[in-house]
Amino acid sequence: MTNISPAQKISVRGLCKSFGRNRVLDSVDIGCGSGESLVIIGGSGTGKSVLVKCIVGLLRPEAGSIAIDGIETVGLRRAAREQLMQKFGMLFQGSALFDSLSVWENVAFGLIQGRGMGRQAAREVAIAKLAAVGLGPEVSLLRPAELSGGMQKRVALARAIAAEPEIIFFDEPTTGLDPIMADVINNLIVKCVREAGTTAVSITHDMVSARKVADRIAMLHQGRIVWHGPTAQIDRSGNPYVDQFIHGRADGPIQMKVRAA
Amino acid sequence: MLRFLAAVGAAFLSFLAGTGSLALFAGMALATAFSPPFYPRVILREMVNIGYFSLPVVGLTAIFTGMVLALQSYTGFSRFSAEGAVATVVVLSVTRELGPVISGLMVAGRVGAAMAAEIGTMRVTDQIDALTTLSTDPLRYLVLPRLLAGVITLPMLVLVADVIGVFGGYLVGVYKLGFNPQAYLNGTWQHLERVDVVSGLVKAAVFGFIVALMGCYQGYYSRGGAEGVGRATTYAVVSASILILVVDYLLTAAFFTR
Repeated sequence: MTNISPAQKISVRGLCKSFGRNRVLDSVDIGCGSGESLVIIGGSGTGKSVLVKCIVGLLRPEAGSIAIDGIETVGLRRAAREQLMQKFGMLFQGSALFDSLSVWENVAFGLIQGRGMGRQAAREVAIAKLAAVGLGPEVSLLRPAELSGGMQKRVALARAIAAEPEIIFFDEPTTGLDPIMADVINNLIVKCVREAGTTAVSITHDMVSARKVADRIAMLHQGRIVWHGPTAQIDRSGNPYVDQFIHGRADGPIQMKVRAA
Repeated sequence: MLRFLAAVGAAFLSFLAGTGSLALFAGMALATAFSPPFYPRVILREMVNIGYFSLPVVGLTAIFTGMVLALQSYTGFSRFSAEGAVATVVVLSVTRELGPVISGLMVAGRVGAAMAAEIGTMRVTDQIDALTTLSTDPLRYLVLPRLLAGVITLPMLVLVADVIGVFGGYLVGVYKLGFNPQAYLNGTWQHLERVDVVSGLVKAAVFGFIVALMGCYQGYYSRGGAEGVGRATTYAVVSASILILVVDYLLTAAFFTR
């Protein structure tokens, strides 16, 4: 492990990732300070999820550097990677709850399996975390399949914050939810992140969500960061890609590939 | 001609790559057995899944196999006035071959398919990535317990299948073919050696490993939503069934060829 600059919680430099001949990330540079909430926006298929999966260590980049707390993480060995994972929590787009386990076992999973906590103590923590996301103890014994999409998202959020990680990644946290439930999830994200002083990295194409949870926004297009800055400046970024994206216009520099039938 | 050779070469290279990938997967999963954490609850759950819940299907298959075997061998041997060998043929066939092979194939259909579907669904719904982010190695948590459960449980299942299969032969022999019960039992025990049962149990352990490995491997690398999971399930059953038959021949040759 190589020591890099410890100033930023997450520092990504020159990150490249391809699938076959398709270059998804093309020398991405981005950073995130401690306790900061960074939101990465961009259209579908621009590499947002790939970027986050590379930072978390679920995908291995071909080139570039990813430093967490100034420590290089690309190429970490398995044991060191498992140790590093204890700093992370992640909310997946489809919630990714374990079907075979009850709600409380899902929330407590990282505590029991990852950190060796006793089942009874972990259950108490899980019920407290479920309460933090607005779910009562009666939900704890249900299976994920018995919950609505919004409730599953809340359980997934409770699971992500259960072990009180230093960094939480949110992958499309409001996709597939109605506007009210989306706002509930946004409020919970802001509350959970702010209260614990956690560093948060979210990816979304929902601008309402981005404006609500972000301290800083970065836009990814064709595998590169084309703009980044404070949330307050996004409406006067002067960047044609950002302007087209935040206003949801079909005309502009971003051309969607639509094949004729 | 060149195109044909290129196709043969590509298929061969693909076979080698697949074999290498499977060996690497098995090696990495087994390597996790040598360091904590261990998941005894998960192993126990998988043993119940593989063993206890397969008992009805394996038991039914075994009893009818034993019954058919007694009938067929009787009709064959009666042409040479060798009906007395029916009990011996039934017990040797069941313990050496039919018990382990039929149990292996049944478990491949029931458990291998379920493993591929479960792990495949976990893959396409990001649950395996979620395990990783919760500081849990998916190979250690999902794959190793299934491999161990397969190796431990299938021999137990085969032992039960052996008893039920021999009992099926006994039922037909005594109640349909008119054998004296004591004579049939004597014929069963007289020529049965320890190696007949042990070789069947060793085969069962290997088949258990194959079924679990193919189910986990196909599920773990499944791609492309529901269609991918369906494909993984089919591949898991087909590949496990073929491997069981191939390995059965190799093990039989190793045990009984002099």
